Amino acid sequence: MLKRVHFGPSLLPFLLVAPQIAVTLVFFMWPAGQALYQSLLVEDMFGLSTEFVWFENFKDLFSDSYYLGAFKRTALFSFAVATMAMGIALVLAAMVDRIIRGVYVYRTLLIWPYAVAPVVAGALWVFMFDPTLGIFAYALNTIGYDWNHKLNGGEAMTLVVLAATWKQIAYNFLFFVAAIQSIPKPLIEAAAIDGAGPFKRFWTIIFPLITPTMFFLLVVNIVYAFFDTFGIIHAITQGGPYRATEILVYKVWYDGAVAIDLGSSAAQSVILMAIVIIMTVVQFRYIERKVEY
Amino acid sequence: MAKITLENVKKSYGKIDVIHGIDWEIRDGEFVVIVGPSGCGKSTLLRMIAGLESITSGDISIGDRVVNKLEPAERDIAMVFQNYALYPHMSVYKNMAYGLKIKKIPAYEIDRRVRDTAKLLEIEEYLDRQPRALSGGQRQRVAMGRAIVRQPSVFLFDEPLSNLDAKLRVQMRLEIKRLQENLGITSVYVTHDQVEAMTLGDRLAVLNAGYVEQLGTPIEIYERPETVFVAGFIGSPSMNLLAATISTDGTIAELAGGSKIALSQVQLPGQKVTFGIRPEHIKIGKTETSLSFTVAISELLGADTLVYGSLTGGTQLVIRLEGIRKLSEGEQLDIDFPHDLHHLFDGTSGKRL
Repeated sequence: MLKRVHFGPSLLPFLLVAPQIAVTLVFFMWPAGQALYQSLLVEDMFGLSTEFVWFENFKDLFSDSYYLGAFKRTALFSFAVATMAMGIALVLAAMVDRIIRGVYVYRTLLIWPYAVAPVVAGALWVFMFDPTLGIFAYALNTIGYDWNHKLNGGEAMTLVVLAATWKQIAYNFLFFVAAIQSIPKPLIEAAAIDGAGPFKRFWTIIFPLITPTMFFLLVVNIVYAFFDTFGIIHAITQGGPYRATEILVYKVWYDGAVAIDLGSSAAQSVILMAIVIIMTVVQFRYIERKVEY
Repeated sequence: MAKITLENVKKSYGKIDVIHGIDWEIRDGEFVVIVGPSGCGKSTLLRMIAGLESITSGDISIGDRVVNKLEPAERDIAMVFQNYALYPHMSVYKNMAYGLKIKKIPAYEIDRRVRDTAKLLEIEEYLDRQPRALSGGQRQRVAMGRAIVRQPSVFLFDEPLSNLDAKLRVQMRLEIKRLQENLGITSVYVTHDQVEAMTLGDRLAVLNAGYVEQLGTPIEIYERPETVFVAGFIGSPSMNLLAATISTDGTIAELAGGSKIALSQVQLPGQKVTFGIRPEHIKIGKTETSLSFTVAISELLGADTLVYGSLTGGTQLVIRLEGIRKLSEGEQLDIDFPHDLHHLFDGTSGKRL
């Protein structure tokens, strides 16, 4: 049992948390409140007339095939990014143990992409796959594949998935390496003596023991794909061609900042807010329920 | 079941040699204990036999096979680890069945073996539990069970009892001894514990800084230590080791403080020696050869009493007396070193004379 220590009433703790609370209020609660209020309004483009319409904006959204399309696209995109980024990172992390020389270099290089800003990552990939300039587009061309993500929606989606995955691998890799290293060495040795080869050891011992980390990363990756990939998409496709890569967060920005449909944009961001709140709750539930061995 | 043969086995990490050429044959069904201070290489040696550590040079054979290059799985061994190394996400049953499943043994046979072993170790009622729901002693049994169920030809134990409390340790020690005798499987047991070393093994190897100092039955090692290191390491409290010089006629060892001890055999005159006598072998009572001893402090252990003090001239000694003996500081005792129970070692090489 922890001993509870009581201190007398003092102003100091309140002063210490005050900056945090101020930042949260100004940069989160206030805009969130604004968005909530705005989502109940319909405003014309020039901001001359405003009408309170209750949940009209939400109703419109769920009968809007473009919005439902963006929803499906986001689901597909985040599923692809999360599974690929986690799968590849897991394989790379599992290899760390088997490297004799240069483990340090290997690890450092794998962590680098995490430091690259999303827009820069996007620019990097758009250069490599540019239909006229890109080295990869050129390479694909020589083997007879005509790559053009500016015209082909599937290729555009593939490219943003690749870029988003590439950036996220580093983060996942770091967590997987830490999780694998925290497994006591004698467990692996006991399994080796019991006759399990490296592959068998991975699936029967290491994999089950890192499931808590996997749950955590799954939520983090989905949140990443939902929200943090705006920069990548903006740099690579701007949501195109013909909305093929327009995911929810991109549509919020486009409808609000470009199409100036503030009510709908606010309603969309309220929905996204609800999604992220649900995922955070799920994550805390799983993290709280620490699997204790 | 198999014998284990080590031929000139060496291990180095870069330029640092940790095992310096060990030659050794462990007979079929024998229980051998490796004992030594921490860092002497005993665990490394065991892990080399298990295949968890590579061999720098030499040969290790289990049965008639040289296993140098074989994976641990191919060596037909089972190992019990210090911290048990139970698979935390599997029930006790699955922990024990894991190795058998990998060997593709039919399910009914696995079930039979696991239940038989569980019965032998009295852990039947815990088969469905997870390791975290077991006490230390129960985990220890499961770890043993996981080794036994595979019916290996060799058991390896890496300080398996050091995480248990004193009472459980005694109980498990007896149990391991009994199990090994019943199963008759060749076993190598690493420990730093005196009592485990003396009681468990058919033979005992005392390891120091990567060398085998002595190999023999526990009683041989206790009665006739071959080196000063073994003499000081085996036995608790340690043997009294006193620096001395042989007199000109070779029959007396003179201690630094001037005390004279008569020897049973004539030694080289003038030689520097280490004179050894176990605390429990020092006799009290006045004789022609007795020396005067001044008590500094005594520890009452109940069954016996340890008396710390010095001879005239300042040489420190420990004496072990039976029963409770209340002695006060400064008290004088006449003590004698019986001829047949003392040991002499060369002063420079540390070898027995």
